[in-house]
Amino acid sequence: MTKKLKKRLTRIICGMVLFAAALFVDRTWGTVWPNAPLAAFLAAFLVSGGDVIKKAAMNITQGQIFDENFLMTIATTGAFLVGEYPEGAAVMLFYQVGEWFQAYAVNKSRKSIRDLMDIRPDYANVIRGKETVTVSPEEVKPGEIITVKPGERIPLDGTVIQGNTTLDTMALTGESLPREAGVGDDVISGCVNQSGVIGIRVTKEYGASTVTKILELVENAGSRKAESENFISKFARYYTPVVVGLAAALAILPPLITGGDWYVWIYRALSFLVVSCPCALVISIPLSFFGGLGGAGKAGILIKGSNYLEALSKAEIVVMDKTGTLTKGNFVVSRIVPAGLPAGSDGEKEQAAARLLELTAYAESGSNHPISRSLLQAYGKEIAGERITEQEETAGFGVSAVVDGKRIVAGNLRHMERSGISCEMADAVGTVVYAACDGQYLGHIVIADQVRPDAREAVARLTDSGIKDIVMLTGDRRETALAVAKEVGIRHVYAQLLPGDKVARMEELLQRKSEKGKLVFVGDGMNDAPVLARSDIGIAMGGLGSDAAIEAADVVIMTDEPSKIARAMEISRRTLAIVRQNIIFAIGVKVCILILAACGLASMWVAVFGDVGVAVIAILNAMRSLRA
Amino acid sequence: MIRTYILEDLDCAHCAGKIEADVAKLEGVKKSTVTLLTQKLVVEIEDAKAGKLTKEVKRIVKKYEPDVTVIEK
Repeated sequence: MTKKLKKRLTRIICGMVLFAAALFVDRTWGTVWPNAPLAAFLAAFLVSGGDVIKKAAMNITQGQIFDENFLMTIATTGAFLVGEYPEGAAVMLFYQVGEWFQAYAVNKSRKSIRDLMDIRPDYANVIRGKETVTVSPEEVKPGEIITVKPGERIPLDGTVIQGNTTLDTMALTGESLPREAGVGDDVISGCVNQSGVIGIRVTKEYGASTVTKILELVENAGSRKAESENFISKFARYYTPVVVGLAAALAILPPLITGGDWYVWIYRALSFLVVSCPCALVISIPLSFFGGLGGAGKAGILIKGSNYLEALSKAEIVVMDKTGTLTKGNFVVSRIVPAGLPAGSDGEKEQAAARLLELTAYAESGSNHPISRSLLQAYGKEIAGERITEQEETAGFGVSAVVDGKRIVAGNLRHMERSGISCEMADAVGTVVYAACDGQYLGHIVIADQVRPDAREAVARLTDSGIKDIVMLTGDRRETALAVAKEVGIRHVYAQLLPGDKVARMEELLQRKSEKGKLVFVGDGMNDAPVLARSDIGIAMGGLGSDAAIEAADVVIMTDEPSKIARAMEISRRTLAIVRQNIIFAIGVKVCILILAACGLASMWVAVFGDVGVAVIAILNAMRSLRA
Repeated sequence: MIRTYILEDLDCAHCAGKIEADVAKLEGVKKSTVTLLTQKLVVEIEDAKAGKLTKEVKRIVKKYEPDVTVIEK
């Protein structure tokens, strides 16, 4: 609780005590000394509502009328003037209690949102000379060495130079599985070190570190306001004066026309005024968005503004890049097919496959090509250099080498043809490496990009949630693209695109969506900046550690899971549903009470509930958006 | 240039909106946003006009919310 809240609570408690005393005075001395109850209720009123009256007076001197304080002051003073002393004091007290709850709830949710994104490191243990000194992370320069003990937060981005550990990235990625880190690995600020002491060479200063970037992004997210937020501010601007006008009419016109009792109509007009404050909306709607942003952040989805959170719920077309988004973007051996073996000879086949992989890996061991590297990775054993006596690489074709005295040729189909080896073209998705030993065809190895494990689920969830069209864009070969699309369940594919073509295709797709619908592009943040910029909402995946992605996109998914796209949209829809509930609930209740008050069916108590009660309920509802 | 102020103890959404609107009307201000939940005021202003900004912001805040403390960040 803040100091201000405590002060207000004390005021409320004192007011309550005085009010109880006034009720007692009213019962006992009211008949003996007629002015005693007025004095007692006035005391309770002034103690509980003193600050409201003071503010109202001050605001009037500043030329600010029609604010909440002013309305409450008029309404309650009016109650006193028409002789309803208990009501005047109690309504003020009730209003203050409501206001207090409102401030408390806002404070509380502000705090829980902050806790959610509590990744700010407090200090860094930097080694200077022979000593370890604890300094603020801002004071550490790139190139310095810091140590991080288990339980501590990594304060700055850097490379591990000593020790092994596991890292908890939960706060950054929403991922509960710890990540391993050892010498040579890059680590990211904001992660919590779990098991071992590590030494880190700092690579970036604090201002440029991941943690600062994320925090800035989250903090600034609130300032990009959603359309519904702007709608509410506009609504509030017109609503209050209109209601005040109506209240004045209500107080003056009926008694003039019908000759009714002035007191009755003034009292009704006062109740009318009390309901009029649009606070329920003005507070709860930004709060819902903020909660939604916080909840998404907890799930490892950084959304750069309420406007994007709102837009996500209107997504109509989702365009996805293939490599790095739907697939992992790293190539691994997916199939080893030795040649010339009849079906059924499983044991033999296995041996032949192992030999094929071994010889190909040896032949390719001198090359730096990604394909060669994935072959070596699949082989997994140390390469004994002395077994290789000759090695030659022909760019764009393949390699030839002498391994164990035998001539091995490995590469693409054209390489085989050039070397005069007859072999069959393999029917496979991905890159095929053919291999031959001493002129005799051994078989082929298929190397393919892997589809991300949750890609299929991601597409299914997007389809279920009503996305009209899911499109895959890729620069890759048509066959590969179609195979991946089939595997993940996408029917609409554009393949073999050059970077410029991607933008052109996007333009086409933008034409196809409805006016209010949004087009979402999902990429890995590398080389797709123009497309990200052209889309209504650009989502970048694998944001952890990629500055480019964090900067270019509107939404950053910290992990590599495409299913989080669907998650982000679910959070967006949920937040929007809460916003709609609050708008309908608050306006509905207020309009009802306004009508009832005009007809004289709602007392000032109901009116105060219509103001602060509705606000508190709307705030409580808004806080649900935090639990994404 | 962009200046950020923390409006400590700001808890009235209505006032936040008014502060935002009034700051936006100051000379040289291109954009002003108050976020109630982070209690932050972010002002984008022409460099030449930034000198008096803090004083003006304090004046506006005091007008609507005398209890709020303005801290320049």
